[in-house]
Amino acid sequence: MEWEAVIGLEIHAQLATKSKIFSGASTAFGAEPNTQACAVDLALPGTLPVFNAEALRMAVLFGLAIDAEIGYTSVFDRKNYFYPDLPKGYQTSQLFHPIVGIGHVDIELEDGTTKRVGVTRAHLEEDAGKSLHEEFPSMTGIDLNRAGTPLLEIVSEPDMRSAEEAVAYVKKIHSIVTNLGICDGNMSEGSFRCDCNVSVRYKGEEKFGNRTETKNINSFRFIEKAIKGEIERQIDLLEDGGTITQETRLYDANKDETRSMRSKEEANDYRYFPCPDLLPIVIDDEYVEKLRSTLPELPDARKARFIEQYQLSEYDAMVLSAYRDLSHYFETTANIADDAKLAANWVMGELSKHLNQNDTDITASPVTAEMLGGLLLRIKDNTITGKIAKQVFEAMWAGEGSADEVIEAKGLKQVTDTGAIEAMVDEVIAANQPQVDQYVSAEPDKRGKMIGFFMGKVMQASQGKANPGQVQGLLKQKLDALANS
Amino acid sequence: MSLDRTDVEKIAHLARLNIAEQDIQEYAENLSNILDLVDQMQAINTDDIAPMAHPMDAIQRLRIDEVSEGNQRDHLQTVAPAVEAGLFQVPKVIE
Repeated sequence: MEWEAVIGLEIHAQLATKSKIFSGASTAFGAEPNTQACAVDLALPGTLPVFNAEALRMAVLFGLAIDAEIGYTSVFDRKNYFYPDLPKGYQTSQLFHPIVGIGHVDIELEDGTTKRVGVTRAHLEEDAGKSLHEEFPSMTGIDLNRAGTPLLEIVSEPDMRSAEEAVAYVKKIHSIVTNLGICDGNMSEGSFRCDCNVSVRYKGEEKFGNRTETKNINSFRFIEKAIKGEIERQIDLLEDGGTITQETRLYDANKDETRSMRSKEEANDYRYFPCPDLLPIVIDDEYVEKLRSTLPELPDARKARFIEQYQLSEYDAMVLSAYRDLSHYFETTANIADDAKLAANWVMGELSKHLNQNDTDITASPVTAEMLGGLLLRIKDNTITGKIAKQVFEAMWAGEGSADEVIEAKGLKQVTDTGAIEAMVDEVIAANQPQVDQYVSAEPDKRGKMIGFFMGKVMQASQGKANPGQVQGLLKQKLDALANS
Repeated sequence: MSLDRTDVEKIAHLARLNIAEQDIQEYAENLSNILDLVDQMQAINTDDIAPMAHPMDAIQRLRIDEVSEGNQRDHLQTVAPAVEAGLFQVPKVIE
């Protein structure tokens, strides 16, 4: 019998508002403890929440982006539990009437097919504060700066069947919320985090197995590893005759395994009820349609346009359309160079490599799209070779100026003077007699490959500046002349 | 509908209420009376009436997204029993 995993995800996206969901305190990350926690966030007696219009706008915008039902009347409920970083003794959330109802996103699978994943709902809620257990020997420190930060909890259907599908879904949601500008998507700061519900069953079975929930995973790679590990753990356990306990687990990135969190006593008895401090949120068609008209181009539409407009491959289009800043960079470069394929290769190759290595955001790239476009123009008009272009890119990255300035300053112009190239070719042929002999005595159909050796030598002699096409042509001409003489 | 001792104990625990042993019986009776009243109300036919989320027939007013509350930490922490390094201190709650 073959096993099948069933995966559903809950994503918490922190909405990029300036102030909190129910108070006028700042949501900025990284402030001194409790300097952004006002009387409302602290739940001092007599305070009342007032809902943030921007959080509503962002939630509805997300609903429209995933083609979801919008809750024209949505209601805040109290989810009751006690924990010191939750000052009110309840989390204000939405259970019965969420702002966003059933919707869907399409994910691209490795085999090139597309799969539709259902979104059950997305609701507004407030984040809790932070508990710091390590700083003090016998006490826990509470920082309430994060308390009351608006979250959109996006709940998927249990539609995913592998860790890869789950990651593709998380990436798609990540790219949608960042494209909409409703979440900064910063996973290491916790602005975008994921709970994974995983169960396994025999393939073909209808009934779901017992599931576990692994909480608060904050990187794409960890999501994949945590789910893979959890699927394996469950299958091993079941094959050894064990049973899966429905429980909450934690992913330990250092050990690359999930482990059981001691479950909270009566953890599921949250006694939800409508929050009497907040009235129902009512929106109308006019509000929704006005927002719909502000929807930016979304990744799926942009991907289709990139394929159509620039004849990019499916894969290149997917990568380059995922994020607004990356897409904009690519398009600017492609338009300057008037060569989308070349621009795609450089953005996904050299540029991405440098951004990753230096952990730099594309908006902070020392090589701007205009600079890269300028460099590609010089490749296209044969001023420099592709190999030298990498050297120019390095120099631009190091702040040595535009492509033209670097090429000029370092004397990197491609040598296209036939006389000069011919001299280098002759020299190389004269200096490598054994290889020439091999070439001459080789079968004509083997000679093509053997030219590579001489190419390398000539390019080396020219310090990479000789025009490779010309070198190749001359080498072939001269070597074949020797062979046929 | 009537509640017994264990129901009362469970509700008190969930609400973190410390109730005296000798009062449990009385609480059970009082709470049961409230539930009886709810039962009475449920006998009324409400098929054509949409449930209300709030007794006031009004809708939520919205706040413009502006930071209006600055740092009031020192002031707000004067009422806290224990504070250190800007953090509220509570008994250790690690799981």
